Amino acid sequence: MMEFTQAEALGVLATVAKTLIILVGAVLMAALMIPIERRLLGLWQDRYGPNRVGPFGSLQVVADMVKIFFKEDWIPPFADKAVFVVAPAIIMVTSLLAFAVIPFTPTWTVANLNVGVLFLLAMSSLGVYSVIFAGWASDNKYALIGAMRTAAQMISYEVFMGLSLLGVVLLAGSFNLGDIIESQRGMWNVIPQFPAFVIFFIAGCAEIHRAPFDLPEAEQELTAGYHTEYSGMKFGMFFVGEYLGIVLISCLVTVLFFGGWLGPWLPGFVWFFLKAFTFMCFFVLLRASTVRPRYDQLMAFGWKILLPIAIVNVAITGAIVVATS
Amino acid sequence: MEFTFFAAGIVALATTARVITCANPVHALLYLITSMLALAIDFYALGAAFAAVLEVVVYAGAIMVLFVFVVMMLNLNNETVAREKSWLRPQLWAGPAAAAGLLLLALLWALIFGGIEYGGITGEELAAREVGMNLFGPYVLVVELAAFLLLAALVVAAHIGRDDTDQVSDAAARGERVTTNVRESR
Amino acid sequence: MKNAAQTAFSATSSVLRTIGMTFMHSFRKRETVLYPEEKPYLPPRYRGRIVLTRDPDGAERCVACNLCSVSCPVDCISVVKAEDETGRWYPETFRINFSRCIYCGFCEDACPTYAIQLTPDFEMGEFDRQNMVYEKSDLTIAGVGKRPGYNFYRVAGMAVGGKDKGEAENEAKPVNIKTLLP
Ligand code: SF4
Ligand code: SF4
Repeated sequence: MMEFTQAEALGVLATVAKTLIILVGAVLMAALMIPIERRLLGLWQDRYGPNRVGPFGSLQVVADMVKIFFKEDWIPPFADKAVFVVAPAIIMVTSLLAFAVIPFTPTWTVANLNVGVLFLLAMSSLGVYSVIFAGWASDNKYALIGAMRTAAQMISYEVFMGLSLLGVVLLAGSFNLGDIIESQRGMWNVIPQFPAFVIFFIAGCAEIHRAPFDLPEAEQELTAGYHTEYSGMKFGMFFVGEYLGIVLISCLVTVLFFGGWLGPWLPGFVWFFLKAFTFMCFFVLLRASTVRPRYDQLMAFGWKILLPIAIVNVAITGAIVVATS
Repeated sequence: MEFTFFAAGIVALATTARVITCANPVHALLYLITSMLALAIDFYALGAAFAAVLEVVVYAGAIMVLFVFVVMMLNLNNETVAREKSWLRPQLWAGPAAAAGLLLLALLWALIFGGIEYGGITGEELAAREVGMNLFGPYVLVVELAAFLLLAALVVAAHIGRDDTDQVSDAAARGERVTTNVRESR
Repeated sequence: MKNAAQTAFSATSSVLRTIGMTFMHSFRKRETVLYPEEKPYLPPRYRGRIVLTRDPDGAERCVACNLCSVSCPVDCISVVKAEDETGRWYPETFRINFSRCIYCGFCEDACPTYAIQLTPDFEMGEFDRQNMVYEKSDLTIAGVGKRPGYNFYRVAGMAVGGKDKGEAENEAKPVNIKTLLP
C-alpha cells in the first residue's frame, strides 16, 4: 500500500468534497431547470405555469419527485430486463461524468484533463446507448422507432459538434478546457468562431434531443418515443438526464465560446453561472418557439448545410492560425 | 496507475470472454462496449490519453452504435437465443480453443523467457501534439494510405446508396411534399 | 444557387423572427384566471350543484313523479314516493349521487314542477366518495330558485289539500260529462 502524508490525505479529501459539490450542484441545477422551464414556457405562452407549491412554484419539483418516487416502478414482462434497467443509468452517468472536466472557476474543476474536449465528446457519444438500449429493451414499436431515430440523429450531429469544436481548439492550441478559456482573454471565441458557435449550439440541441430536435420522443407521433414503457424513478432518471444535458451544453457553450469565468467586477463563478443560465433559458425559448422538423429534413440539414459550413470554418481557421503563427 | 491498468485489463478480458459466450446478441454487444471502455482505461493508464478518448469516441461511441443499430433491426427473439446456444457445443469450440491455447502458451513463453523486462506503468502522458507530430511526420505515408482507403469506402457507399429518383429526393430536401409514386414516375 | 441562398436566408430569418416574437410574449398580459383567488363569472343558468326548491308559500315543490329519475342518463337520482293525509304526493327520500351526475340538466328539463334545478356552484370536492351522495335535507333549499311565483298545485287541475277541481288559476269549472246541458 502507498503511504499518505497528511497533506496528501487532505488533498484527496478536498478533491472528493469538490467532486461531490459539483455533482450535487449539477443535479440540483438540472432539477431546478424543471420548474424554471415550466414557468418560462408559461411566460412565453401567456399563462402562469405551476405557481402554487412553495414561493413562485419553486417547490413544484419536490412535489413531482415525491410523486414519481411513489409511482409503481413497472418493468413490462416482454422487456429485456437487464438492459431495460441499465439504460436510464447510462444517461445519468455519462452526463454527470462530463461535468468532471468543466472548469467552473480557475480552481474548480474535478479533473483537469489534457484531452478535455475529446472527453466531452466521448461522454456525449456514450449517451446514445441510453436511448438506443431503452428503445430496444422496451420491445415496443414506438420505443424502437424512437431509438432508431436517435441512433441516426446523435451519430450525425456528433460529427458536426466535433468539427465545430476544432476551430476553438485550433485557436487555443489545446484540448484542455481551462486553456481554452484562458485563450479567450482578449476576445471571446464567439466573435471569431461565430459559425462554429451556431453549429455547436444546434448540434448540442440535437445531441440532447431537445425541442426542436426531439424526434426520438416526438410525443405527437411516438407517444413518448424511447421512454414509452418507463415509469417511476427510471422515467425520472431519463427526465433529469435530459435536463442535465441542457445544463451541460449550456456550460459547454459558456466555456468554449463565451469565455467561461472571464468577466469584469463580479467573481468568476458568478459570471460562469450567469452566462450558463442565459443559455439554459435560451433552450427553453427555443422549445417555446420552434417547430420540429421532419426526419429527412433533419438529416439533410445536418449533412448538407452544417457539415460544409463546419469544414469550411475549420479550414479557414486553420489557415489563419498557420499564417499568423 | 498500475492498479488501474490491471483492474481494467481484467475487466476487459472477462467481458471479452462474455462477448464470445453470450447467446443474446445485444447482451454480447453490451459486453463488447464494456470491454472497449476497459481498453480505453488501459490506454489512459499507459499514458496514451489521446488514444483512450478516441477509442471511446470512435469505437465505443460511433461504430458500436451502428452494430447495435443493425442488430436491433434484425428483430432477434428467443428462438435466435436458443439457436445461438445450440451452436455453443464443446465439439464446435474445442478445436479452435485448443489451437488458440497453444498460441497463448507460446506467447507466455516468449514473454517470460524471452528476456523482456517489465517497464512499469507510470501513467506519463503523451500529449495530443506529439501524436499529431508523429502521424504527420514519420507515419505520413500510412495516414495518406488510410485516407485513400476511407475515401474509397466513402465513394462506394455513396454509389450504393445513391438515389436514382433525383427529382423526388430534391423535392424532399426542399421540404416539399412528394405525392408521385416513386415507381410509377420511373 | 441564388434560389438556395434565398431559401436559406428566408428560412433562417423566419426562425429568428419566431424566436423573437415568442420572446416578446414575456411582456404580454397572461390569459390564465387564477381561480381560487379570482372567481370566474358563472351565469345563473350554469349547470352545477342540484337543489330542490320550494313554492312561493314555502311548501316543497317536488311531487315525487320520478320523471327526473327516469330522464337521468346515468341513473343517479333515486326518489321514493309518499302521500300525505290530503292526498298530496311528496318524496320520502330524494337522493342524488353526485359522483355519478354528469350535470346534463335533463332532470331540470323533465321536472313538471320546477322543483329540481341546477345552480351555478361547482365546488363540491370531497375526500370521501360517500359524501358525494346528497340526501333530501342536503338538497332542499328555502327559496324558489330560478322560478319565482310558480306554484304547481295552484295551476294544475288536481284536487289536493283543500283545493278542488276547477279552483286553480285560469282554470274553468269541470264539465259534467253525465249531462247534456251546457
Ligand atoms: S343533471 Fe343529468 S345526470 Fe345529473 S341528476 Fe340531472 S339528469 Fe341526472
Ligand atoms: S324533482 Fe320534479 S321530476 Fe323529480 S320527482 Fe320531483 S317533481 Fe318529479
